[in-house]
Amino acid sequence: MGTSENIIELKHITRTYEDGFSAVEDFNLEVKRGEFVTFLGPSGCGKTTTLRMIAGFDIPTSGEILLNGKPITNLPPNKRPINTVFQRYALFPHMNIFENIAFGLKQKKTPKDVIEKKVKKVLALVDLEGFENRSVSTLSGGQQQRIAIARALVNEPEILLLDEPLGALDLKMRKEMQIELKAMHDELGITFIYVTHDQEEALTMSDKIVVMSEGKMQQIGTPEDIYNEPKNAFVADFIGESNIFNGIMTGKLKARFCGGEFECVDDIEQGTHITAVVRPEDVELTPPGQGIISGVVDSVIFKGMHYEITVVSGKNEMVIQSVKSAAPGERVGMKVDPQNIHIMIAEDHTNIFSADINQDFHLEYNGHILDTSVTKIIKGSRRTEDGTLLDAHGEVIDPKKTKIMVSIQPSDIHMTDNMEEGIVQGYISNLIYKGDHYSYVIHTDLEQDFIVNDEYLWNMDDQVGLLMPVDKMKFALKR
Amino acid sequence: MRKYIKGMFLGLVLLFLYLPIFILAVYSFTDATNIGAIRGFSLHNYVTLFTTPELLGMIGGTILLALGAAFLATLLGTMGAIGAFYSKKKTTKVISTMNQVPVVNADVVTGFSLCILLVVVLGVSKDTFVPLVVGHVILCAPFVYLSVMPKIRQMDPSIYEAALDLGATPFVALIQIVIPQILPGIISGFALAVTLSLDDYFVATYTKPATFDTISTYVVNATKGAQTTIKTALWALSTVIFLIVLVLVAVMNLRANKNGSERVDA
Amino acid sequence: MRKFSFSRKSLGVPYALFLFVFVIAPLLVLFYYAFTDGQGQFTIANLTGFFTNPNTLGTLCYSFALAIVTTAVCLLLAYPIAYILAFSNIKSKSVILMLFVMPMWINFSLRITALKEVLTVLEGNLAMHPFLNAVIGMTYDFLPFMILPIYTTISRLDKALREAAMDLGANEFETFLKITLPLSVPGIISGVSMVFLPAMTNYVVLDMLYNSTYIMGSLIGSYFAAYNWHGGSMIALILLGIICLFTLLTGGSEEENTRGGALL
Repeated sequence: MGTSENIIELKHITRTYEDGFSAVEDFNLEVKRGEFVTFLGPSGCGKTTTLRMIAGFDIPTSGEILLNGKPITNLPPNKRPINTVFQRYALFPHMNIFENIAFGLKQKKTPKDVIEKKVKKVLALVDLEGFENRSVSTLSGGQQQRIAIARALVNEPEILLLDEPLGALDLKMRKEMQIELKAMHDELGITFIYVTHDQEEALTMSDKIVVMSEGKMQQIGTPEDIYNEPKNAFVADFIGESNIFNGIMTGKLKARFCGGEFECVDDIEQGTHITAVVRPEDVELTPPGQGIISGVVDSVIFKGMHYEITVVSGKNEMVIQSVKSAAPGERVGMKVDPQNIHIMIAEDHTNIFSADINQDFHLEYNGHILDTSVTKIIKGSRRTEDGTLLDAHGEVIDPKKTKIMVSIQPSDIHMTDNMEEGIVQGYISNLIYKGDHYSYVIHTDLEQDFIVNDEYLWNMDDQVGLLMPVDKMKFALKR
Repeated sequence: MRKYIKGMFLGLVLLFLYLPIFILAVYSFTDATNIGAIRGFSLHNYVTLFTTPELLGMIGGTILLALGAAFLATLLGTMGAIGAFYSKKKTTKVISTMNQVPVVNADVVTGFSLCILLVVVLGVSKDTFVPLVVGHVILCAPFVYLSVMPKIRQMDPSIYEAALDLGATPFVALIQIVIPQILPGIISGFALAVTLSLDDYFVATYTKPATFDTISTYVVNATKGAQTTIKTALWALSTVIFLIVLVLVAVMNLRANKNGSERVDA
Repeated sequence: MRKFSFSRKSLGVPYALFLFVFVIAPLLVLFYYAFTDGQGQFTIANLTGFFTNPNTLGTLCYSFALAIVTTAVCLLLAYPIAYILAFSNIKSKSVILMLFVMPMWINFSLRITALKEVLTVLEGNLAMHPFLNAVIGMTYDFLPFMILPIYTTISRLDKALREAAMDLGANEFETFLKITLPLSVPGIISGVSMVFLPAMTNYVVLDMLYNSTYIMGSLIGSYFAAYNWHGGSMIALILLGIICLFTLLTGGSEEENTRGGALL
């Protein structure tokens, strides 16, 4: 029964290029008739490739595309009842507006009088009556955009594909077109598949959002679902601003992250490694001592509707949106309503911590120098003769404002009784036997939890030092 | 003062370029057989030019060859440029490199090597005009390719896809969308091809039938001979061509100016 | 779908084949003929013959001398013209440029005929100054090909560069020497390559001006007239070598549509 409702289905779609790069990997999607579906993701996530495969400009390496239950995977684009609104409009410059819009109808050998009627009607729909004889070059960007939409819609496609259609417009125009597009969708009842990297656009217009990253679908759901219940750290980070922490379940409905123990509503087994997401607008500032955690205000930026306050708590940073201001240097407490803490079971247990760049351009963590070159970590960067650090674009990197995210796998960290030898010290706060090894959680003196795999049994609450070989670390730049 | 010197310099070089043509033009309207002798006004050179079947046939043949070769070269070069542009990088590179060979090569070598292949090795008779036409296409097509290629590069690649998306077959999309977009390149390529063919001497010399002459080969042979009527009739030809070029250039300049001012208005 | 992506690419097939058959294959045949004799036996006699015969060596030297002098004369005339035109702010600039280019559209044999008549009046007997006449004739023929690329390069130079140099205290001559001249080298190179090679091979100009000295092109012509394909092939091959060497030396400006750019 479900199939008949679906206008288009993508089954195990993979697109691999000759150089081995996979733009899209095992992508599955069902779109219902009349839905407004948005592919959302950063550039290079595979959203445009997926759209192009639906349009027929690209063929999947494997997998199947069904339109109304019939396979169209290898059908050329001119045989598909699907039309596209292109990123840069792709209006035919040597034809006037009428000829542009009539192009598709002429290909179908539609009678002249019908073409004229339909063009008139669709021009009215996009609010450009009487533009028939204008040339493309005399139109503004917004008007060209409307003509591109009209040119696609006049063919009464079953699906309208829109490839970042508002990307070239200015902000005001973009907002207007968002509303108009949504109205058009509601009025026409045609299925829209929309591609964008703008999360706000996606949240405003869509019935359903497909979040993509590195060729894979990360989450699919309504805008509310995606925003409120992000499935993983990527989605949380990409949709809206988020504070994301690694943590661990410490009891029933209790989770420890960001140096504090929070109550939450997700019932997850004690000892499970988790990722916790807290939206900036959900953090409440309290007088110091009255919150769950406390910290020092690092910066305050006025954003028009609210203040964006960054608070440093131990080694963690929390970004807060608040209508009340705070003074940098001020000590504050913070609490979060259990409803507003989104807990996800951590899929991988990579330990991530941030290291500083010191004056000599060495990496430093907990007072220990990590023996690696900064210029190797930041791609394309170089040191000048006077000692400043430049990035690949030749811009100066300020070591004080730059942090390096260091990640290391649990099995690459070793514990030692010789506390001084370790890069950081802490106590074992949890241990689980995993069949062939134990998985430990070390709560460090810097209020961070490290996950360490070890085949030998250590005791709870043992004080240990952590040894981390630099060659096993991975580095990423964070500004 | 410096401006004056600059102007003088430009003027002198222009004089060097145009004086011979002007003098020839003046003398073409006299019955003189040598430059320098002062004689009376006469149109007999023009009468000879437009009534001698040999001359008319030679001029007609040259124009026909130029148009035919330019047409073939435009067809091949344009298709080649489109095909190369949409091929894999390696294929594009190979075609572009091969295309460059006749461009940098000396015309003598191009003509001679083609003659060896077609006439000596393959035994194609020059009287079939095949070597001559092939030779001129070789001379012209690379320049068509080079003038079309930038236009394809400048074209928005999604308009071809937009045409397919709107239901056009690949062929229709090519004819109705791609060709109009690159038409300026095709037209200038064609014009270039005609010019190159008209001006060619070497390729024609090595590939033409013995009984056929282009303007170039005819003029070169005529200057060696001593037939005075033909020699002075060629002065008339030179003048006619000069006037045609002058008119063409004037028209092109006027049109360019007009387009320019229109662009300012828009 | 497969068919559609195939069809655009396949448009290039006829041209690629055409180029291979009529451009590459003739050069391969040339190579074969240059190293064989009339019986089809391998021989390097054509090669050694060329480099041991004082006559052919003389021709090579004469060709080089003629090409070098012609190129130098063209460059000395063309650079100031291009420079003056590029930096003048007179309205009729494009018309004047057009005047310099226009002779290219008149058949070269007719133009040389005109030049010959004028030179005959001036010199009386053309055979008295064969080298001078050859240089004048070739300059007359090739000058526009030198002017255009240099003009194009200079006129595209960012005006701000010269202004910056002046701003930093350079006078006009220093600005020319340190800024404009180095930056117009690409134009000079394509101009030189368009004059140098034709000057080594365009023997018709010499013929028409009654200069009976051979240049490299004339050698091919005489072998052709004598049906000596093997000898002619070797000369063509040597010319090809010189062209390759020249292209390598000048950095092979592949994208430059110089001859075409000059004509349009």
